[in-house]
Amino acid sequence: MQSLEPYLAEHPFLKGMDRRHIELLVGCASNVRFDEGQYIFREGDESNQFYFIRHGKLALEIFCPHKGGIVVHTRTAGDVLGWSWLLPPHLRHFDCRAVDLTRAIALDGTCLREKCEQDHELGYEIMRRFAHLMESELLELRLQLLDIYGKNH
Amino acid sequence: MEKTTNITAAVDSESCGTMVPRPFIIEKIRKNTADTFTIELKAVDGGDLKFLPGQFNMLYVYGVGEIPISISGDPARPNTQVHTTRVVGNVTRALRRLEAGDTVGVRGPFGTAWPIKEAEGNDIILIAGGIGLAPLRPAIYHILEKRRKYGKAILLYGTRTPADILYIKQLEQWRSRFDFEVDVTVDRDVEGWAGFVGVVTTLIPKAPFDPLNTIALTCGPEVMMRFTVMALQQRGVPTRNIYVSMERNMKCGAGLCGHCQMGPKFVCKDGPVFTYESLKDLFNKREI
Ligand SMILES: Cc1cc2nc3c(=O)[nH]c(=O)nc-3n(C[C@H](O)[C@H](O)[C@H](O)COP(=O)(O)OP(=O)(O)OC[C@H]3O[C@@H](n4cnc5c(N)ncnc54)[C@H](O)[C@@H]3O)c2cc1C
Ligand code: FES
Repeated sequence: MQSLEPYLAEHPFLKGMDRRHIELLVGCASNVRFDEGQYIFREGDESNQFYFIRHGKLALEIFCPHKGGIVVHTRTAGDVLGWSWLLPPHLRHFDCRAVDLTRAIALDGTCLREKCEQDHELGYEIMRRFAHLMESELLELRLQLLDIYGKNH
Repeated sequence: MEKTTNITAAVDSESCGTMVPRPFIIEKIRKNTADTFTIELKAVDGGDLKFLPGQFNMLYVYGVGEIPISISGDPARPNTQVHTTRVVGNVTRALRRLEAGDTVGVRGPFGTAWPIKEAEGNDIILIAGGIGLAPLRPAIYHILEKRRKYGKAILLYGTRTPADILYIKQLEQWRSRFDFEVDVTVDRDVEGWAGFVGVVTTLIPKAPFDPLNTIALTCGPEVMMRFTVMALQQRGVPTRNIYVSMERNMKCGAGLCGHCQMGPKFVCKDGPVFTYESLKDLFNKREI
């Protein structure tokens, strides 16, 4: 089987990470595929994976009675999706649906958390990157909340 | 690369002419979305009104008032003036109520243009938010007409919901070309939309352009343009290659009354298209 290391080593999210740490990540990684329309997880599910999307598109939705699934944002090739695996209680906050056929590398959260506990340097590197991801997602969400295309802008 | 094309100087010598509205007949009027519509105008005297992409006209709804509206038609067809307008208040509402065959007064064209000539030989990225796609459309017509003069050509467009997307058929046509990358994103959606959801700035990090050789044109609400500029800078696009189109209330449109002042600049005359470089000290000032 082809190693996932080259893909992970080149991913912008992991840019600058030690080879040693990448190898630890590879130990928790697997290839996954989702068909169009497939739900990958639902709100409230246990969160034990995050994804490096290689191809396709995933939508994060919140379900509202009478309105259906409201898509909050989409993630595509090159994006990293999911950080609730990192922090207790490790539960999903959204539904996630494949908009198109999607291929990704899934990282097992339990496996990675254990490795982070054993190797705090790896833990710091992972935390640092996820903090950055959270910050940019927060900014994105704030801009959405501003409703910038509305009449008052 | 820093200068925007200013034709107002040429227009100044005819400023008497620019102060008197010229009658135009509405040939067509059609609804684009719930709150936007497009009119096509022809001069009653049958003449052309040559313009550059990025410029605007002052449209006078007789007896109601006059407003600046960007020209959103094809610069290669100067015999038709196309304007896409969002209904926000008195004059835009009155304009919406007019019908084919009615007359409006037109003064213009005014203001600076998008640097489409200067951009030749570079990648070009256009980033539009909401009604901001309208002032960019003449630049798109031009770029597609002269496609081989540019490197990569990319349009990133953000709106509120799928129902607010302007020029949807045209976007589909453009997207089906192999030499023009078009990405549309919406702020929110309720099932059924297969495109992107998220603010338009999120498309910038992955757009396929060469930052050091890219000219970026952006038009939309000021908040959106501020964050767009930041995202472009993060990608490494030099500030001097980033252009923005500004809006301020206007009266004369010709640099005479001071209504449109933004610090030391007159948006009608020094703009509406500015290099971000020339505006950056004013852009984030609350009191301006
Ligand atoms: C150079 C330039 C080009 C423009 N191009 C276009 C265009 O292509 N299409 C288009 O639809 N509009 C465009 N505008 C904006 C347009 O001129 C205004 O929307 C119009 O003047 C509003 O007139 P009104 O009488 O209908 O509304 P008003 O009665 O003047 O205002 C009604 C309400 O709308 C708000 N408002 C006014 N202007 C704006 C604005 N620009 N943006 C957001 N809210 C506003 C006011 O604060 C007020 O609350 C442009 C403006 C400039 C300066
Ligand atoms: S609108 Fe009169 S100076 Fe600009």
